[in-house]
Amino acid sequence: MSDIRYTKDHEYIRIDGDLGTVGITDYAQKALGDVVFVELPQVGDAVAKGAQAAVVESVKAASEVYAPVAGDVTDVNATLEREPGAVNEDAAGKGWFFRIKIANAGDLNELMDEAAYKAFLATLE
Amino acid sequence: MMNKEGRPTTPKAETSGEHQTFTGNRALQMEEPLIFETGRLDVSGVDFEEPAPVASRLGSFARKGSMGLPGLTEPEVMRHYVRLSQKNYAIDAGLYPLGSCTMKHNPRLNEAMARLPGFADVHPLQPVSTVQGALELMQDLSRWLMELTGTKAVALSPKAGAHGEMCGMMAIRAAIEARGEGAQRTVVIVPESAHGTNPATAALIGFSVRAVPAREDGTVSVEAVKAVLGPDVAAIMLTNPNTCGLFEPEVVEIAAAVHEAGAYFYCDGANFNAIVGKVRPGDLGIDAMHINLHKTFSTPHGGGGPGSGPVVLSERLAAFAPVPFIRAGKTGLELVEGEGTQAFGRMCAFHGQMGMFVRALSYMLSHGAEGLRQASEDAVLNANYVRVGLADLMSQPFGNKPCMHEALFDDEWLKGTGVTTLDFAKAMIDEGYHPMTMYFPLVVHGAMLIEPTESESRASLDLFVATLRDLAQAALRGDADRFTGAPYHAPRNRLDETRAARNPVLRWTPPVAGVEAQAAE
Amino acid sequence: MRYLPLTDQDRSDMLARVGVSHIDALFADVPADKLLKARVDLPARKTELEVSRYLGALAAKNKAASSGPFFVGCGAYKHHVPASVDHLIQRSEFLTSYTPYQPEVTQGTLQYLFEFQTQVAALTGMDVANASMYDGSTATAEAVLMAHRVTRRRKAIVSGGVHPHYVDVVRTMSHMANDGVDVLGPDLHASEDIIAHIDAQTSCVVVQSPDVFGNLRDLTPIAEACHKNGALLIAVFTEAVALGLVTPPGDMGADIVVGEGQSIGNALNFGGPYVGLFATRQKYVRQMPGRLCGETVDAQGRRGFVLTLSTREQHIRREKATSNICTNSGLCALAFTIHMTLLGEAGLKKLAQINHANAVQLADLLGAVTSVEVINTTFFNEFTLRVKGNAAQVVEQLAARGILGGVPVSRLLPGKGLDDLLILASTEVNTSDDRHQLVQALRDICGAA
Repeated sequence: MSDIRYTKDHEYIRIDGDLGTVGITDYAQKALGDVVFVELPQVGDAVAKGAQAAVVESVKAASEVYAPVAGDVTDVNATLEREPGAVNEDAAGKGWFFRIKIANAGDLNELMDEAAYKAFLATLE
Repeated sequence: MMNKEGRPTTPKAETSGEHQTFTGNRALQMEEPLIFETGRLDVSGVDFEEPAPVASRLGSFARKGSMGLPGLTEPEVMRHYVRLSQKNYAIDAGLYPLGSCTMKHNPRLNEAMARLPGFADVHPLQPVSTVQGALELMQDLSRWLMELTGTKAVALSPKAGAHGEMCGMMAIRAAIEARGEGAQRTVVIVPESAHGTNPATAALIGFSVRAVPAREDGTVSVEAVKAVLGPDVAAIMLTNPNTCGLFEPEVVEIAAAVHEAGAYFYCDGANFNAIVGKVRPGDLGIDAMHINLHKTFSTPHGGGGPGSGPVVLSERLAAFAPVPFIRAGKTGLELVEGEGTQAFGRMCAFHGQMGMFVRALSYMLSHGAEGLRQASEDAVLNANYVRVGLADLMSQPFGNKPCMHEALFDDEWLKGTGVTTLDFAKAMIDEGYHPMTMYFPLVVHGAMLIEPTESESRASLDLFVATLRDLAQAALRGDADRFTGAPYHAPRNRLDETRAARNPVLRWTPPVAGVEAQAAE
Repeated sequence: MRYLPLTDQDRSDMLARVGVSHIDALFADVPADKLLKARVDLPARKTELEVSRYLGALAAKNKAASSGPFFVGCGAYKHHVPASVDHLIQRSEFLTSYTPYQPEVTQGTLQYLFEFQTQVAALTGMDVANASMYDGSTATAEAVLMAHRVTRRRKAIVSGGVHPHYVDVVRTMSHMANDGVDVLGPDLHASEDIIAHIDAQTSCVVVQSPDVFGNLRDLTPIAEACHKNGALLIAVFTEAVALGLVTPPGDMGADIVVGEGQSIGNALNFGGPYVGLFATRQKYVRQMPGRLCGETVDAQGRRGFVLTLSTREQHIRREKATSNICTNSGLCALAFTIHMTLLGEAGLKKLAQINHANAVQLADLLGAVTSVEVINTTFFNEFTLRVKGNAAQVVEQLAARGILGGVPVSRLLPGKGLDDLLILASTEVNTSDDRHQLVQALRDICGAA
């Protein structure tokens, strides 16, 4: 049973035990437009909570992707380097960016659940 | 005997519809292949004498193999580039309302002057005794720039606006280091509405950027600046008139607060065209400001350069100006090119954009003091005339109040129409206008920044306003077709920028046999 | 005023339409005590004829390169540019157009930039080139910054054969960015052991060939040493015509190639505007500074061109941009690409051969003069001469005879004890008579010293 949490910078983390899969939300991919390039971290990188972990670029915009929690990168979605459009097509699924071994489960408590994120999006309109 | 060659001389009523042509051409609008597709490797459009037979002194470094670069004869070259030129919009062809770019008329006298052999055919490292006229011209230009800005020094060598910014910020950095505060003052304050070059410049030379927000009215308050000032601040970079087309009303107080905090005031002079002869930035308390000669002083933009970005400096920064600079010596003017001064260093190999100096001085001499002031007043008047002409249809982010030399609209008025700022801009192309600056400044949603400049006649402005009104009304009544596919009549329709960025093709490569077959699979 | 279309009647009508009674009402945000009451202290306007006379008089005080024997090089070269080049670049649609941000109405600019990029990449032997930089020196400084980004290291090693002004630009930039830079001493004979300076902190090695003294350098072993240590090789050139005859840096393993493109299509202009060339390997393209033009299609599937990979640039990335460059050298790049298209590789090769032959003939003539000595073993169209006496004074004496006879090394490298060195360049514009005049003058001046 997976649980998804969100940040105010529009990253999501899908939690699976002590592993988390990180990507950007559907809202974020729409705001960016056609994604043309993704710069991924390297497997083994240790990232701090809130630190820049990846970059996502569209034609007219670029955005940093921050780590929602601290931890070590265990896997990256190398497919995105060839097919960055996957972020637009399926941000929550095959458009994921990287997996991280969650160092401190407490970090998750500071993130929004789906209902809270939806409420947050409503405030941006 | 009867002449039987009579033929119809009254056109038939237009039958309409898109006529396909065999060539893809549309009368005067020609399709043009790349030179690599028409040129031949053994052809040259330049005739040479045979080189004298000599024993090579190239050692083992003689080039081997072909570069794959074809040549064309002169008639082919003329045709290629003339056809390319016909796919470009230009100031000489129509109103070019790009906000913050100052697309004013480029006088042809300036071109003629810059091509005088005494300026164009002079080497930067000739003996200084043989270039006294060139140095005198640079002195002359410096005097005009210092007088118009109310400053004490000018560094001429920066090659464009962003390079001038870098020069000014380097002078500030050197002054701070000379005070022994280099390690302490590491922050530069930049408003959120600033042009992208400002934070990029600050970051490039090791400063970190601290944003200062604008007020509801689009300007920066002295309180907001004071709130972010501190002993760690090296400078503020403020554009005035700002990127929203407004004069910063508290600029004098901001300058005082910045100086009080021990920091310097860098002014981005991109919008100087609004205030030449009206107010002098030096009188407002700025320490450094670059001047885009290719904006305010009419040197041509040339499809993206060359520009020229001299930086005027206050007395506090004058000593740190980079080499080279000119000083009067015993036997004439001298160029100081080396060490032994407080100069912070060197910006470029030689003395700056001489060709642009000649053009800019030619422009200044032509206008004179009165004419320069009049040009700024006309630029501001023209912008306001356009603004007022559109104010009832299009929305202004900061209310219906006067602007400087550019009028800013947002896309609030387009809400619910299905038409975006981009669509609106592209529809202008079909009407024979270059779009305004769009989506800049970033702080305004769907921004449209219109700068008509002083070069437009009233009749030209009237037609422009009428055209934009017609487009605006079409958008508001839901005539989306006019916009969504626009431009329909340009040499190209909208281009696929996603494809260009996902699979960058940045050069021509020769077709490889078999590739097409592969692609077909 | 001949450039201002509004009449006084227009102005007052328009002010009324705007709803103000006086122009200064539109300047209401300017503090009242700062608004100028009197006109600035500058001259009154001049007619076209008056301006021509005024500037013509200043121009007449300078000695033009074409007015006599001319042998000055060191980063800017006198070449013959076909008349069609200047005619074409003055077409309104090129001259008075802005940066091609609206591709539908700037395909002309975009297509020539695409052709320019292709030519520069082919000339340098690299994969990709950008749409130009300000000049060779600033391109070199940008290359160093790019190498720092690629390697995530922050120290450059600069050869003693690099043009001293280029070195100063790199040094200034490095100092300001808190980056390290290790500049080797003047290297007259291309004999320095730059490889010995490479260590684990080295981001890049900067080497020029032909170097400022005219020597051709073998970049291959330096490239190998760089790559073994995780550093990049930046190859610099100041004379683009040389690429018609010498091995391109790309074939010798360079990772970034930068240079001055003035030689092709552009006048001397007393130092500017010029056009910086910048080329690199495909794998580094996203770390490149400057504008890039790319091929794509329009909504009807027709080939077209756009500025692309803009997310590297300041208007999107702001403080995280690869460079702050915005306006570059578009029209000078156009002059370059038109001249290059006229030449083709056949013409460029012939032009380079003539340059080399002229320089060899000059060196051979000087070889017979006992008071001077050519110090180079190899060169393209420029070499260094050791003279008896002070080279700066020799140059002044030559100028007094109407000959612009090269650059004294002491002007580029003051205080280094190199006062007897003179750098001479010879291009296709030099005639046999020019050479003999120079040689005779040097024989007189140096023989008497």
